[in-house]
Amino acid sequence: MIRTPSGHKVYAIGAEYGSATELYEAAKRVRDAGFKRWDVYSPFPIHGMDEAMGLGKSWLSAVVLIGGITGLLTAVVVEFGPSWGLYPLIVHGKPFDWKTVPAFFPIMFELTVLFGAFSAFFAWQIMNGLPRWHHPLFNWDRFSRVTNDGFFLAIEARDPRFSEMETHELLVETGGMHITIVHEED
Amino acid sequence: MEGAVAVPEVIEGEELAPTEKPLTRVPLVLNRRSYGWLTERIAGAVENRAPRWWWVAFAVTAAIAGFGLFCLGYQISTGVGTWGLNHPVGWAWDITNFVFWIGIGHAGTLISAILYLLRQKWRTSINRSAEAMTLFAVICAAIFPGIHVGRVWMAWYLAPLPNNYGIWPNFRSPLMWDVFAVSTYFTVSVLFWYTGLVPDLGTLRDRATSKIKKFLYGIFALGWRGSNRHWRHYEMAYLLLAGISTPLVLSVHSVVSFDFATSILPTWHTTIFPPYFVAGAIFGGFAMVLTLMLPARALFKLHDIITLQHIDKMAKIILLTGSIVSYAYAMEFFIAWYSGNQYERFAFWNRVLGPYWWYWWVGMLFCNALSPQLFWFRWCRRNVYVVYFVCMCVNAGMWFERFIIIVGGLHRDFLPSSWGLFIPTWVDIWTFIGTHGIFLSLFLLFIRFLPMIAMSEVKTALPESDVHAQHPAGAMEKEHA
Repeated sequence: MIRTPSGHKVYAIGAEYGSATELYEAAKRVRDAGFKRWDVYSPFPIHGMDEAMGLGKSWLSAVVLIGGITGLLTAVVVEFGPSWGLYPLIVHGKPFDWKTVPAFFPIMFELTVLFGAFSAFFAWQIMNGLPRWHHPLFNWDRFSRVTNDGFFLAIEARDPRFSEMETHELLVETGGMHITIVHEED
Repeated sequence: MEGAVAVPEVIEGEELAPTEKPLTRVPLVLNRRSYGWLTERIAGAVENRAPRWWWVAFAVTAAIAGFGLFCLGYQISTGVGTWGLNHPVGWAWDITNFVFWIGIGHAGTLISAILYLLRQKWRTSINRSAEAMTLFAVICAAIFPGIHVGRVWMAWYLAPLPNNYGIWPNFRSPLMWDVFAVSTYFTVSVLFWYTGLVPDLGTLRDRATSKIKKFLYGIFALGWRGSNRHWRHYEMAYLLLAGISTPLVLSVHSVVSFDFATSILPTWHTTIFPPYFVAGAIFGGFAMVLTLMLPARALFKLHDIITLQHIDKMAKIILLTGSIVSYAYAMEFFIAWYSGNQYERFAFWNRVLGPYWWYWWVGMLFCNALSPQLFWFRWCRRNVYVVYFVCMCVNAGMWFERFIIIVGGLHRDFLPSSWGLFIPTWVDIWTFIGTHGIFLSLFLLFIRFLPMIAMSEVKTALPESDVHAQHPAGAMEKEHA
């Protein structure tokens, strides 16, 4: 654990960039330097940043697929259980056999969508470790501009390649401004 | 990359020669506004003191909403007899209002989901408020089927819950499909809307000056910090929510139309209802989006974000969907004649010449079919007063259309001795007006407490957000695959 001379635990070293393009170029440099525990922060998603950071496709879609299938199966049980087992209901003398299955489709579709949406909603939070109301980066005053017009890059101290001097050097070379040591606690 | 193509600097679309249009794009945010300006203008609408007009408007709409809620209470405590429903008209304003409100919601989902899948970046200026409008419209819609069943406290029978009578709902009934479709629609719309809000709630949290605001916005922002590792999953979730909302929104009004189409009444029993209803819903919904956005744009000075280009595009969608609806109207008449069915033929003569004749001539013909045809003209699409006039026509016309379909189909049935008209009572009328109060009050609260434009999305429409393009003039919106 790296500590500052005053005894604070170091979370990361952060830098601010002037534009989305500068941040994008810097991210490619940091990726190529072999860092693993680092991230960029921006007010909006930057197109192409995932490749610039060396990240692959998000696997959230698999979760949503599982959620949707669960919804479909739930609808099958909820509809056929009562209608064909517990409480067969013949209305208007209409037929009551397997050929009427399409009449059950709308609810199957709706529950597929409903469960899929809930899984997307919870998956993006869980996969992102949210909600997490406090984070060391919030200790950095300039960081509050990240939701307005600030572009930031932070390399965590626990990255095996992290070294105070060289990492600082890298951030300077990539055009980082306001390079700051971010503390773990207030 | 087409970076080698020299493109002239363009601010206003009027300066473009038609042949240049495929290469150049009018910027979506005018006057080269910066990120900071956008944040300031949009978040400022929430952070500054409420203007006086807001209080006046809210007092009026809240009073109307209050009286509407009183009418609901009176109807529930006294009985459905407080409405003018009788034989042969057993569905009237209640279901008309339901279809009217649920239809309005559809524009919000079209903008947020379908236009997202189609990569229409202009949607970013209007999606947030259109989605909010969807939620409030669906709330208003849900009131009516809930209370017209008569015994609201038994509404839980709609859900497939085990109960000691051993009774289960009929899953093959379109009314049951409707319960699932509308409740799913509302829930998914809330999830989609809130997901889109989280980064903007982060902005409000970071800008909050008082502890209470920081705490409340902070709770709902979930600790959002704009991390790209987060954006990655977030964008995938957003894409998938858009992807599953697209068939959902098409299904909702299709299912609403099945409530009618699966019956055997002339004018109801028709296979064109699902696409006809969906197009009508988007048509009416876009009119309501503009009804709300045009005043908001003027009052909060959002002209650089919601530009004439946006209004022009929405007017084109109104023209398109209005024309689809007009085609459906015409096709109904054709099929009535072509089918040779005397009841069907009578029902359509009755629509045009019967006791509700002027509902058809004014509502369906003038308001819905003719008035949007003004949007063939560019000048009309870019004149906010003309646009507002057409939108008000469409708002009214779409209510008349539903009334004609529902009451028009019921009031002269197969047995002439039982013919009758629908006479609304004051409770009918004020419940409907009351839902407008609820709708507008909720919308006014929304623009007071939440950013009405999706800041994090509109920022992606600025040219400097595109890290791949070369910007000769800095004001160009370039497209790349």
